[in-house]
Amino acid sequence: MPGKFGTPTDPDYALRLAEFEARIARGEKIEPGDWMPEEYRRQLVRMISQHAHSEVVGMLPEGAWITRAPSLKRKMILIAKVQDEAGHGQYLYHAAETLGISREEMLEALLSGRAKYSSIFNYPTLTWADIGTIGWLVDGAAIKNQTMLAQCSYGPYSRAMVRICAEETFHHKQGKEMVIAYAKGTPKQRQMAQDAINRWWWPALMMLGPHDADSPNSEVLIRWGVKTKSNDTVRQEFINEHAPEILATGLSLPDPELHQDPQGNWRHGPINWEEFWSVVGGNGPMNKERLEARRRAHTEGAWVREALEAYAAKKSPIPMAV
Amino acid sequence: MSPKAQAALIAKLTALADDELILSHRDSEWTGHGPILEEDIALANIAQDELGHASTWLSLRQALDGTDPDRLAFFRDAEEFRCAQLLELPKGDWAFTMLRQYLFDRYELHWLSAATASTYPPVAEAAAKILREERFHLQHTQAWVERLGQGTEESNRRLQAALEGQWGYAQQLFVPLPGEEILVGEGIVPELRRLKEDWLENVTRHLQASGLKLPLPPGYQPHSREHHTEHLWSLLAEMQSVARWDAEARIW
Repeated sequence: MPGKFGTPTDPDYALRLAEFEARIARGEKIEPGDWMPEEYRRQLVRMISQHAHSEVVGMLPEGAWITRAPSLKRKMILIAKVQDEAGHGQYLYHAAETLGISREEMLEALLSGRAKYSSIFNYPTLTWADIGTIGWLVDGAAIKNQTMLAQCSYGPYSRAMVRICAEETFHHKQGKEMVIAYAKGTPKQRQMAQDAINRWWWPALMMLGPHDADSPNSEVLIRWGVKTKSNDTVRQEFINEHAPEILATGLSLPDPELHQDPQGNWRHGPINWEEFWSVVGGNGPMNKERLEARRRAHTEGAWVREALEAYAAKKSPIPMAV
Repeated sequence: MSPKAQAALIAKLTALADDELILSHRDSEWTGHGPILEEDIALANIAQDELGHASTWLSLRQALDGTDPDRLAFFRDAEEFRCAQLLELPKGDWAFTMLRQYLFDRYELHWLSAATASTYPPVAEAAAKILREERFHLQHTQAWVERLGQGTEESNRRLQAALEGQWGYAQQLFVPLPGEEILVGEGIVPELRRLKEDWLENVTRHLQASGLKLPLPPGYQPHSREHHTEHLWSLLAEMQSVARWDAEARIW
């Protein structure tokens, strides 16, 4: 779509930018093919593709427990949940494609290690209770973020979020139900649930991004209606919902400074941002394994994709007999 | 139903469920590791369907003898399982997985179509319901066999190798359980020997049209569902590890 992505050196840039910002201020959605600043496009490609990669990499920590799910019902739910994540990845890759980037380019960026994905998936899933905890905390945090992004000014991303949030709500619900059941279960189940909460609480807070003061992209993203709330605001919403619910199960949270302030907000103690940036920078416990698993699937699938292309080029399908 | 027929039906329902459960397990191992994202979605869907079918057959058994489906799935040992050995084999490459699913889908389609006429209404109803899903599976796997068979030299070679590895095992799907003739006599389940001809004709035609070489040497053909491959023990050790981890746990 040449000419649709404006840069400050374009003669009519200031005029077009003013029109663009006025549209956003009126609450209109920007659609594929509309004029938009190149920087708006760049930021959206970055965010949507990161989001898609997060869904795809996010299949790994949970997918690893499908073969060990302890009941027929849990097994069914977990396969469906991981399948949903693949579906979200596919949907988001398509949303990013509307901005003129191909899935192959995005995959290449992921597999080469250039593209980022949510740092939360670089933590290991050590026990079965992690599956419930991921649903409750990680999907819970994701829903807060995605509900905000459903208001996003870019139409395809906004609509993707509406649809994805609906499914994530089920993921959240089954996770919460599981952790509550184990909190009321045997001593071993309870201990397993507590251990999982202890390990996932801080990474869940971190996954909502750095504090506003340290978030380099936030200002322009808010002005252009890509983000409609700051990281700290979304984080506060997440804690206000989840902290009291977890404490109500009788499980504890691994933050001795956690308390409710006079306004009713649950205040957390200091977040270990050193750990966050270290994981983002590639030094989390699972960064190398996650990327390696994606690369292996891609490499081992190469002959399959080649066969598909060769077959499509021949086009002599056998009449279907079912 | 006579006590003898009931015992035979319980055994048959268990074997049907075990086939689905173990196949679902093998398919689900691909989730997150498929060759393209769309296939992660499709195969996860098939794995869910097969798991759902296992639950259906186990609930039919539960109606007869009251056994809890989860106890059967997660607390039986390998020698108590009655799955066919084909379904226990490790997932292999994409050609191996798609071919196994195809051979099994084709067998199931014949079995279910015939079983919709069962004189035992719960079997007839379950078969009709499952049949609707199995048609989609067969469309999907049949198309994959064709694409891989006619794709590249490598995909054809891999598919041919998978076929040679699975052909003998697939024949076990048509070996009746001890006592199954009572059920056939009462019209409760179809006779496997008669289904086999249709199956053989259909798969031979499709495999040959897809560029595969048949006939094949018989290979190893397992007979009794009381015997298993060396893979089943470790598959169950993994599958049952959480359920058996806490002896006191009543709810998972």
